[in-house]
Amino acid sequence: MEPRVSSRFEVVDGHTLAGYQDSGSYRGYDGIKAALAMSPDAVTGMVKDATVLGRGGAGFPAGVKWGFCPPGVWPRYIVVNGDESEPGTYKDRVLMERDPHQLIEGCLIAAYAIGAAQVFLYVRGEMPHAQERIAAALNEAYAANLVGRNILGTDFSVDIILTWGAGAYIVGEETALIESLEGNRGMPRLKPPYFPAAKGLYMQPTIVNNVETLSNLPWLFCHGVDEYRSIGTETSPGTRLVALSGHLNSPGVYEIPQGSTTYRELFESEQYGNGIRGGRQLKMFIPGGASAPWFFPEQVDLPLEGRDVGAAGSMLGSGAIVVMDDTTDAVKACLRVVRFFARESCGKCTPCREGTTWEEKILQRILDGHGRPSDLDLLLDVADNISPGPYPVAADPSQGLDAVPFPPRQTTICPLGPSSVAPITSALRRFRSEFEAKITRRNSIAVSTEAFTAPADESVDELVGEAAGAEPLSGTGGRFDV
Amino acid sequence: MSDRRLEGRRVEITDPVTITVNGREVTAQKGELVIDACERNDAYIPRFCYHPRMEPVGMCRMCLVEIDTGRGPALQPSCMIPVGADMTVTTDSPAVAKVQDGIIEYLLINHPLDCPVCDKGGECPLQDQSMAYGPGESRWVEEKRHYEKPIELSATVLMDRERCILCDRCTRFASEVTDDPLIHFIDRGANTQVNTFPGEPFNSYFSGNTVQICPVGALTARPYRFKARPWDLETTESTCTACSVGCRMTIDSSRDQVLRFNGVDSDPVNWSWLCDKGRFSFEAVASEDRLTEPLMRSGSGAGSTLAPARWNVALDAAAAAIRGALDSRGPAGVAVLGGSNLTNESAYAWARLAKGVIGTDQVDAQLGDGLPAEVFDLPGATIDDVCAPGGTVLYLGPDPKEELPVLFLRLKHAVLNDGVTLVQVTPTGTSLSRYAAASLHPRPGETAALVAALLGGAAGSDVGGVPAAQLAAAADALAGGFSELRVVVGRANLAESPAVALAAAAAAFEARPTARFLPVVRRGNTRGAVLAGLTPGRFPGGVTLDDGRDQWGSVWPAVPEQAGGDADAILAAAADGKIDVLILLGADPLVDARDRSLARRAVAATRTVIALDRFATESTAQAAIVLPVAGIAECDGTTTNLEGRVSTLNARVTAPGTARADWMVAADLAELLGCTALADDGPAELWAELQANVAALAGLDAAALYTADDADGLVVDLDAGTFVAPAPPAVPAPNAYSSRLVVNRVLYDGGSTVAHMPSSASLVRDGAVVLGPDDVATLDVQAGTRLTVSSPHGSVSGPLVVSAHVPKGTVLIHHALSVDPSPLVSAADPVCDVRVEVA
Repeated sequence: MEPRVSSRFEVVDGHTLAGYQDSGSYRGYDGIKAALAMSPDAVTGMVKDATVLGRGGAGFPAGVKWGFCPPGVWPRYIVVNGDESEPGTYKDRVLMERDPHQLIEGCLIAAYAIGAAQVFLYVRGEMPHAQERIAAALNEAYAANLVGRNILGTDFSVDIILTWGAGAYIVGEETALIESLEGNRGMPRLKPPYFPAAKGLYMQPTIVNNVETLSNLPWLFCHGVDEYRSIGTETSPGTRLVALSGHLNSPGVYEIPQGSTTYRELFESEQYGNGIRGGRQLKMFIPGGASAPWFFPEQVDLPLEGRDVGAAGSMLGSGAIVVMDDTTDAVKACLRVVRFFARESCGKCTPCREGTTWEEKILQRILDGHGRPSDLDLLLDVADNISPGPYPVAADPSQGLDAVPFPPRQTTICPLGPSSVAPITSALRRFRSEFEAKITRRNSIAVSTEAFTAPADESVDELVGEAAGAEPLSGTGGRFDV
Repeated sequence: MSDRRLEGRRVEITDPVTITVNGREVTAQKGELVIDACERNDAYIPRFCYHPRMEPVGMCRMCLVEIDTGRGPALQPSCMIPVGADMTVTTDSPAVAKVQDGIIEYLLINHPLDCPVCDKGGECPLQDQSMAYGPGESRWVEEKRHYEKPIELSATVLMDRERCILCDRCTRFASEVTDDPLIHFIDRGANTQVNTFPGEPFNSYFSGNTVQICPVGALTARPYRFKARPWDLETTESTCTACSVGCRMTIDSSRDQVLRFNGVDSDPVNWSWLCDKGRFSFEAVASEDRLTEPLMRSGSGAGSTLAPARWNVALDAAAAAIRGALDSRGPAGVAVLGGSNLTNESAYAWARLAKGVIGTDQVDAQLGDGLPAEVFDLPGATIDDVCAPGGTVLYLGPDPKEELPVLFLRLKHAVLNDGVTLVQVTPTGTSLSRYAAASLHPRPGETAALVAALLGGAAGSDVGGVPAAQLAAAADALAGGFSELRVVVGRANLAESPAVALAAAAAAFEARPTARFLPVVRRGNTRGAVLAGLTPGRFPGGVTLDDGRDQWGSVWPAVPEQAGGDADAILAAAADGKIDVLILLGADPLVDARDRSLARRAVAATRTVIALDRFATESTAQAAIVLPVAGIAECDGTTTNLEGRVSTLNARVTAPGTARADWMVAADLAELLGCTALADDGPAELWAELQANVAALAGLDAAALYTADDADGLVVDLDAGTFVAPAPPAVPAPNAYSSRLVVNRVLYDGGSTVAHMPSSASLVRDGAVVLGPDDVATLDVQAGTRLTVSSPHGSVSGPLVVSAHVPKGTVLIHHALSVDPSPLVSAADPVCDVRVEVA
């Protein structure tokens, strides 16, 4: 498979305007030229026909979303969600650092389609390198009349405003991002009554798109719908980026055909993960970012297809796959994820603010050897008050338990609180004995304590080798650290 | 006390939809929130963050109920969901109960169980709803959150953060209702807390409301903190008379001591809010400085002192002084000043004594600091009329935030939320400047000319120092409104003659005869006092002496033969030695009169000054007889707010010492003066007599006023008067004195109420000479430089404060602060020309 959005990841000057136009899977800024030759409605139609799915997590078709803007209401805004903070997810960061012009061109196409004169590009606060690269690329693009007034001599004008966050995971939620952009505290808005497409930024129609979603557009407009759909499945065409991390020999960001690749291929293929480290056994993996319920060895043959993964009790999410081998302590892993959500809860709604902290404290207590047998049911009930009813979870054939399909219900405003329940229900259903052992025996179960050294990252070595003559790659950027 | 009024808008069903609530079909107004519709239909949904006077945020999640709109029941926050046809709401299902248990448990895990020492314990929504909807016990075994206890958000409001349940009510109130966004959430997750910005206290004029709406004991007010337990409080509804807005409130007392005022939701008036001055003015009620017994002057001249006396001795002396004045000078030798803080009944009792027994018309409830009585003859508008959605308002009053704080909240809400276009014509910028469609600042004295130009088709030239272009833009903004014009008319500049403000109203009335007017005055019951007859040249109800002579001659033993003068004229007459007895009804002319030197001469030249007051003032110190009187929370009766809305005042405690209601003093004096028929009357009889004889009060009998549901009061007939425009004052052209003086009021001034509110005393700011940036640049001075302001009558000096609100050529000095503008002002001048120099 030829890389599409990742085609310039390993091109040293791929982030410059010259590099963007001289390398990769298409010639830079030809996509917007093609789009400008069409009517805005035709551009939206093409995105709809290609079924460009949102890559932020929900997997909603971008073209359909664009159509939700109420007709005749102006101004409209595009907000680019570059606040990628889900643990395990780092694909947008690579896109922003290594191919910022691709994103800018995607913004232009989207702005042209929905008729926005302003695009707000919101980059996560902890990604200074991405911010610098995008800022430099914007300067180049403005200078080359690719952004700004009368782009390429047409009457299409658009400004792209670069903003960065102050370090809050919740701002990745689209309404919290909008609040943050408006200068308010980043807390989600309730939907309903208003959805951003109708009333978003400054209460105007606003389309919030993920970085990867928009980065797909230039290739699409250079190559056309048919070629876009030639890879992947009918319902999930094209390619998508996945970020592999955890106990794999070759973690990293990979572009894969959407919908058809299975988790087993990702983990075992030399092209991707290249096997579990040290030849160990897979214990569990998170199939779609820290918010996703866990999968276990029985689910490795599932394809990365939204509907299949959802039916199996988890979600594809943002394409972050975290692999844990049999050295992993399930209780510690569970606490690690829950703690993240407790620390990142914005504090707006009660169940998330109080519930996630409570979960964290119970888990910490169990790990500290102060657990009580009643704590496991308490934990599940505390979780149930955040996400009532059966929580999505994978099937467990050994216990004869069926999967509970996605999505969860929630008593909260946004999905952050319910996300904290995912590791609890997943781990507790599958590894209850590990929890009980910590409570009754007051110590950890016998997991391997064998010393383990991470393997050398060969892809990095290769990259360094290639780039050695041109530009040394520093630790602050130039390569996508895992 | 009814809960309905503490929280609750009135809902009129104009667009009914049928929804099912717990299996019962009920009718709701389309678009109203599910939580409201359910509450009105006996399915109360517990809540913490929802407040009917603020935008819902759906944060506490306590109001989650199952709502089925055809796709199956789903848990939804009922405070965010508008009702729609065929909606099915279940508020009592097991799923809802589970969520309620869960939320209460969550809220309590970090909430300290210090209810026994918490002010809120006993009236705490968290406590009450934990009992009603909670699981009964907690499974929490971890350590709770701790914070420093308590922190000061402002001088009056304290915060115990660990009690806070982060409902966003106070923070929303600060940003949404008052636009003082000085408190906000900081930090994240379970460590989220409400706090001020560093070094920026929550100095809002409305901060006390956050204490009232806090659903837990996190916010407490210093004046009430640890003073009482809610179950020991006795509560009575009454009306605040700290200013003329007349906010409905409750008086809470314990052991005959007033301990708290709280706002009551009166839909047409205050929407449950109170300003801090009104809210905490209860401190003055129980002040140790109250006068508790009559005082009489013993000795004469410089060595004389005021000594306690018995009531009968003091009253005999007062009656003797009045008889002496009648004998030597006739009725005009007796004058009555003040009365605008009395109840309607006391005001009427004094009007009857002065005009109907003594026969003098030398009576004025105001001290030249309000509006002439003629403004009440203009076709009236209520606050709701002024704030009606989509309307157009011409604002000619003082800064409402400083003088009538809750009216400011209503006007701001009208502009921001209800599409009201507001154009202000004021001598300086006000707190409405940021909301106004246009703000014009004419030279003092020239408001009428500017209003005439503005409404009568812009003249195309500069008027009153306002450039023609600005005038045209403002005229466009006013023309944009399709509805009839509403004019708020008030006294924006105390250095001008009251006739200047009246001339501006007259100009608006002439240009737009269909306009309706809301006259704003600061003192609590000015409108009621004028209505009751405490104004020269008029009988109660506003009838002139000539027109009403026959009617009132049959009600009263006597009627005045000759017309008297207003406060300025009375003081001038007194200064000339023509007044033998001057009666001050809670008035302190030595401090509050526009021309204080005139007041000093008047008091010095008057043989007998009789002062009725709650506190010792500069004027009582000069009086021959001082009579202690009862005030708010101590007397029954009614009051009339600026709209003409009559509402009830209720006594909750007994007045200190032997202090009596003002009407009792009037009745006793009437009896001593030989008019026994009036002696046994009480407030009910006084109101009945007034109401029966005043056409504008038709229908406002006691039965109507004292119904169970009287929070909103009743409005007098606003079309009863016939406005006759008086001759406008001759305003001199600007002269060698380069600037004109504006004197305005601030909320926390050196007045006697604030002086006896210990918690708020620190909020009184220092006086200053306030100039605009243009004049500051011309003078080439820095803020803080001492400046001297001189007029033909005198000079004062004070430090410079620079404010963009002050236009070029205008000097602003606040009334009753440490820089006293009165030496500059003469009652004889319609405007006050001044010069500013570096001291």
